[in-house]
Amino acid sequence: MTASHVPHVPQIPRTPLGRLRWAAADGWTLTLRALAHRARRPEQLAMNLLFPVMVVLMMGYLFGGQMEVPGGDYRAFIVPGMFAMTMLFGVESTFTAIAVDAARGVSDRFRAMPMAPSAVVVGRGAADLLDSLLALTVMALCGVLIGWRVHDGIGPALAGLGLLLLLRFALIWAGVYLGLVAKGPESVMMIQILVWPVGFLSSALVAPSTMPDWLGAVAEWNPMSATVTACRDLFGDPSQAALASGSWASGHSVLLAVAWPLAITAVFFPLAVRRHRALGR
Amino acid sequence: MTEQRAAVDAAGLRKTYGATAALDGLDLRVPAGTVHGLLGPNGAGKTTCVRVLATLARPDAGRAAVAGHDVVRAPELVRTRIGLVGQYAAVDEVLTGRQNLVMFGRLHHLGARRARRRADELLERFRLADAADRPAGKYSGGMRRRLDLAAGMILAPAVLFLDEPTTGLDPRSRIEVWDAVRALAGGGTTVVLTTQYLEEADRLADAVSVIDRGRVIAEGSPDRLKSRLGGDHLRIVVEDPGALGAAAAIAARVSGAEPEVDADALTVGAPVPDRVAALTGAVRALDEAGVRVADIGVRRPTLDEVFLHLTGGPAAQQDEPAHDDEEVSA
Repeated sequence: MTASHVPHVPQIPRTPLGRLRWAAADGWTLTLRALAHRARRPEQLAMNLLFPVMVVLMMGYLFGGQMEVPGGDYRAFIVPGMFAMTMLFGVESTFTAIAVDAARGVSDRFRAMPMAPSAVVVGRGAADLLDSLLALTVMALCGVLIGWRVHDGIGPALAGLGLLLLLRFALIWAGVYLGLVAKGPESVMMIQILVWPVGFLSSALVAPSTMPDWLGAVAEWNPMSATVTACRDLFGDPSQAALASGSWASGHSVLLAVAWPLAITAVFFPLAVRRHRALGR
Repeated sequence: MTEQRAAVDAAGLRKTYGATAALDGLDLRVPAGTVHGLLGPNGAGKTTCVRVLATLARPDAGRAAVAGHDVVRAPELVRTRIGLVGQYAAVDEVLTGRQNLVMFGRLHHLGARRARRRADELLERFRLADAADRPAGKYSGGMRRRLDLAAGMILAPAVLFLDEPTTGLDPRSRIEVWDAVRALAGGGTTVVLTTQYLEEADRLADAVSVIDRGRVIAEGSPDRLKSRLGGDHLRIVVEDPGALGAAAAIAARVSGAEPEVDADALTVGAPVPDRVAALTGAVRALDEAGVRVADIGVRRPTLDEVFLHLTGGPAAQQDEPAHDDEEVSA
């Protein structure tokens, strides 16, 4: 027996506090793992950050010349829209990370280890939110360069940031659930195709009031629109007064921007947990 | 008396997926410190068996204890004593070999410093120290498997489960993995490995359970399983097709059984109860009859033949990596 090489067998904590500490440590370890991925693949991180910037520049400078935003400027108008789009696109990275682990057997290895079951999503979620914060920072800098400004002070601006991260938080559960039910990471193609209509059929890049009535109504009720419109309000975008359609949804965007992510979480969180448990069946 | 203690003790395990019974009353007892092979065709239930024992799947019925802990009632305790190496090298392909092992060490609650030290030890032991700082995705198949094994060894587990550890590996990598498994067993770890490769079971396992349709249909050491097929086999190759008849008559006499004659291969074969008596008797009789012999020998049946005999179907071919599909998707 090579007893000298054998590390101690960890004692599973019995108290709730001890368990919480274990869970926090495991969640942190997996957050570090995700961050190490970024460090090992800087080119992919750069791509992820530059893509939304590219879309802003494309939209702003290619389409922008023909776009009239009453009382405002189109380039400033789409910046909050792209903030929310970036949150939406984030569902792809959550999905891919979860699906790759499942396909490679890494999830099974985790589940056969004495670690907290919550750690996988906690680590994933923390890393995804940090990613989003970084992406929003880069986008905001780019926005400032092309004429976007915060008009109503730092407090409401931070509230807007909070709403964006809340949307991203809700989409983590959708990404985890979809990643667990998917056949493999290749299915990300489907998500990539789906996020475009969801993103575009919203107030992100054009005002729903310019769409055909029925389509505009759909766009206004899109959870994306709630966050985008609420952010424009909180950032004090000058176009908002002129563009208000007078509908209930556009009048209560902040309320909806809180309610929608909570609703998404209420649906996908239990689904993700159930799916995760079902892995053991 | 630790050698007599069971590292795995399972009885009546049942597990159904839809209408398929992946496990249908499987019993398994593995003494501590031994290497045990689970041998069976695709979909026989080997992978499901490992998943139940490694706490990844709950059995519908039956009980199982691993390293003294019940897999259903105390899965957390089981997890502190086992290592699992699945069908795919389950490592993070973006991280380096070292980063992988440090991460798994921390998830085993070794603490940051001890996890780093353990990672260094394991990299050394599995001859990965030179590649430690390269991404695991850039490793060869054999290296990735060794990293996978190292990750399963973080806590020097009492029981290590290996699910088809060499499927899809080239022969050289396969031998590397075999060496690693032998070294682990030599260190006192109980190893339970599933395989479709009879050669693998023959080389590594102290005992083998042959599994078919979710239950154990034969069990014992590879030698004992082979002797179940009627023991040794006499084989005579003649030079001249005309001598086949005479050779067959002699084979029948020394074996007391009906010989098989393969006219194309100029071969006569028969099972024999006593290898030495049969061989000397046959050589003498052939000499006296003036039969010219190209080759003569007595050999034990291969595990392939045992397998064929027990399951009524051929074993999987070595060159087609296949998985227990219905079980993986579950």
